[in-house]
Amino acid sequence: MSRDVAVIGIGLSRWGELWESSLRDIFVEAAQSAIDDAGVDKIDSMYIGNMTAGIFTGQEHLAALMADYLGVTPIPAARVESACASGGLAVKMGYMDVALGLSDVVLVGGVEKMTDVGTDEATYALATAADQDYEVYHGITFPGLYAMMARSHMLKYGTTREQLAEVAVKNHYHGSMNPLAQYPQKITLEQVMNSVMIADPLRILDCSPITDGAAAIILCPLDLAKKISKKPPVRIKGFGHATASIALHNRSDLTSLPATAKAAQLAYKMAETSPEKIDLCEVHDCFTIAEICVIEELGFAARGKGGDATASGATRLGGKIPVNVSGGLKSKGHPVGATGVAQIVEIVTQLRGEGGARQVENARTGLSQNMGGSGGSTLVHILEVV
Amino acid sequence: MSVSKYWREMPHRYRMEAGKCRKCGNVHFPKRLVCAECGERKFETITLSREGNLETYTIIHVAPSRFSDQVPYAIGIVRLKEGVKILSQISDCDLKKLATGMPLRIEFRRISEDGAAGIIHYGYKCVPL
Amino acid sequence: MVGIVGYGSYVPKYRIRVEEIARQWGADAESYRKGLMVEEKSVPAPDQDTITMSVEASRRALARAGIRASDIGAVYVGSESHPYAVKPSGTTLGEAIGATPDAHCADFEFACKAGTEAMFVALQLVKAGSMKYALAVGADTSQGAPGDALEYTASAGAAAFIMGKDNLIASCELTFSFMSDTPDFWRREHQFYPQHGGRFTGEPAYFKHVYQCGKTMLDKSGLKPSDFAYAVFHQPNGKFPTKVGQMLGFSKDQISQGLLCPKIGNTYSGSSPLGLTAILDVSNPGDLIFMVSYGSGAGSDGFIWKITDRISRVRDAAPKTWDLIQGEKIYLDYGLYSKYRRKIIKNS
Repeated sequence: MSRDVAVIGIGLSRWGELWESSLRDIFVEAAQSAIDDAGVDKIDSMYIGNMTAGIFTGQEHLAALMADYLGVTPIPAARVESACASGGLAVKMGYMDVALGLSDVVLVGGVEKMTDVGTDEATYALATAADQDYEVYHGITFPGLYAMMARSHMLKYGTTREQLAEVAVKNHYHGSMNPLAQYPQKITLEQVMNSVMIADPLRILDCSPITDGAAAIILCPLDLAKKISKKPPVRIKGFGHATASIALHNRSDLTSLPATAKAAQLAYKMAETSPEKIDLCEVHDCFTIAEICVIEELGFAARGKGGDATASGATRLGGKIPVNVSGGLKSKGHPVGATGVAQIVEIVTQLRGEGGARQVENARTGLSQNMGGSGGSTLVHILEVV
Repeated sequence: MSVSKYWREMPHRYRMEAGKCRKCGNVHFPKRLVCAECGERKFETITLSREGNLETYTIIHVAPSRFSDQVPYAIGIVRLKEGVKILSQISDCDLKKLATGMPLRIEFRRISEDGAAGIIHYGYKCVPL
Repeated sequence: MVGIVGYGSYVPKYRIRVEEIARQWGADAESYRKGLMVEEKSVPAPDQDTITMSVEASRRALARAGIRASDIGAVYVGSESHPYAVKPSGTTLGEAIGATPDAHCADFEFACKAGTEAMFVALQLVKAGSMKYALAVGADTSQGAPGDALEYTASAGAAAFIMGKDNLIASCELTFSFMSDTPDFWRREHQFYPQHGGRFTGEPAYFKHVYQCGKTMLDKSGLKPSDFAYAVFHQPNGKFPTKVGQMLGFSKDQISQGLLCPKIGNTYSGSSPLGLTAILDVSNPGDLIFMVSYGSGAGSDGFIWKITDRISRVRDAAPKTWDLIQGEKIYLDYGLYSKYRRKIIKNS
């Protein structure tokens, strides 16, 4: 039998272009913030989600680096990678550690330091999430892969260019209420539609940015949380983890995300819940089309109706199922390895009632969806306040 | 790009060599060790036809540095006659005339190069039929 | 008897007109059009080069030959624009068509006659019994210096021939080569563009070698110009081959089928070979074809071909050369042409 797992502490570093902060500084900033928030004086093990500190900073062996600089050696630590789903994967690994009874207090962090290299090198680093030999070789980019998904979705379901733009407008509106968002400016539909073309039909305002940042959470068994947590514990009721083909062209349907669908199915089952019972979700809007496809796979919009759902306001704060009230990757920022953990941070913040201007009313259950590459790996977590 | 890595990929990039699963007939391009459909490990090497249709495409305006001189260029997912889908650039085509479903054929073309002194990378691209 | 078992051609889709080049340099387009007898030339796309065009032309030759690539005993590419200074175009060509690893390979160069050199050697090897089939390709993506006369004609194309002993579509009745040290046109290593001797490239260079080679072939064979259905000569412009044809006694009608230069410019090592493919596309069994190439530096390779019965059975197995020339074309302005041909200086 495994133990129930709760989140008792959350923390974020600053997010943005952090010229004065190094990879280790950023991680430690978030980790200490989470440790302070939890009020614990020791941790038993640590998981670090990071996509590619090796290419961005030349640094590997983050387990040792972070344990050393956080001052927690000799605890066991591991860096886990699943491209942009590294953070979500780290959350699952931390959960397993607590659930199996191997550790009582586990730190799960995610970090990415992306601005020590130029745009070309950053693009190259991000492209390692795609198939190097059979996709990247031919000159494809990530915006290009998602652009093809967008074109397919528009052709198959009549999703419009405006509906894609609405995702960006909504997420910036949410981000304007998030003091830690990298780009908290509100934007208009016209601004999105007229922004510079990156990969037809996606424009720069359809794309999430390059960000330095880290996020961290503290996990412990639910029983322990009830005793020591100063704030309402938030239980991880369920999770789902699935993979799909790494290359977009090997998927039978270019408009769907089978790993997300599978991970969601597993998460709903484990959490014994369903889409209607979810009060808010944080999803992986690396590009506007991604959010549209994801909400369909999560059951928040009918197949092909993700664009309509967005345009109707259903996914806006105050709507039926608020999506990305943090601002999402688009406005909040996307330090790759940190994103999956930051999604948990936002959900816990909301479930504790600490969302401020962007608080979702009566938020009791939240869902996070974190995916890697063009959807080759996905983690879904479902959390509930106790 | 590593010269050994480039060299290893020649059979599929130069000759469109694919693997047909001996158990379920599923075609994998490029060849694999394990069939993704049925788990079988034995394959027959086949050469794909050089004709297909454009399933979807995008036009790249901001490219990786190796391709920046080619901007804007079209990349698409093309379904070949055997049912296999490939990702490739679409060349020799007025970008305004790109259309989902258009018939294409494969030609041997330069893909990129390692600067002025490194090796040249060749492979397949699609052109309008 | 040895000869051609299969042939194939490749011409890029892009073109630039003489007017467009002249406009750029403030030159008189009409005088270039008339003086060179050229209207427009083919331009290789940025993703094309001698190797890529050789591969496509060779695939077409294989389709007509009806043989397995693994039966090819030699892969020869003649060009003055091989993509590598050291690493033969023939190895990539061989790998792409599946002729590797059991084949001899060499790259040839002799200005514009590198293609016919490859053809000459391929024929001799098959004749000597060293191998069953040999592949010879003439291909180029030649460059002319901006504003220079050569810029109006330097173009791109490829022609491939599989030589053998059986199932010929054209037997080689005679070959003859004529060469000397004549510095009419050259390019030093590390130079991007060639240089030439202006009017010296005419009489003492092109005409001397083509005429002497052609005349010797007529003498040796005992044939008269009127015995031939077609004649094809190296085509640096439209005027030279017309004139040398006349000098040798051929009519305009005999050379028109193989005269591609007015529409695609000078494909250098592809020049007379591509002209030959255009003739093979329409010739009849029993037809005799007279061919003389020219390469600056200088030399000429001459061939007399005789068409067999088999040609009509295989010529439709691949696209015809005039169809490629007159098919869908994409016209470039000088800016895009300069970018494609890497004539623009970048700091990297």
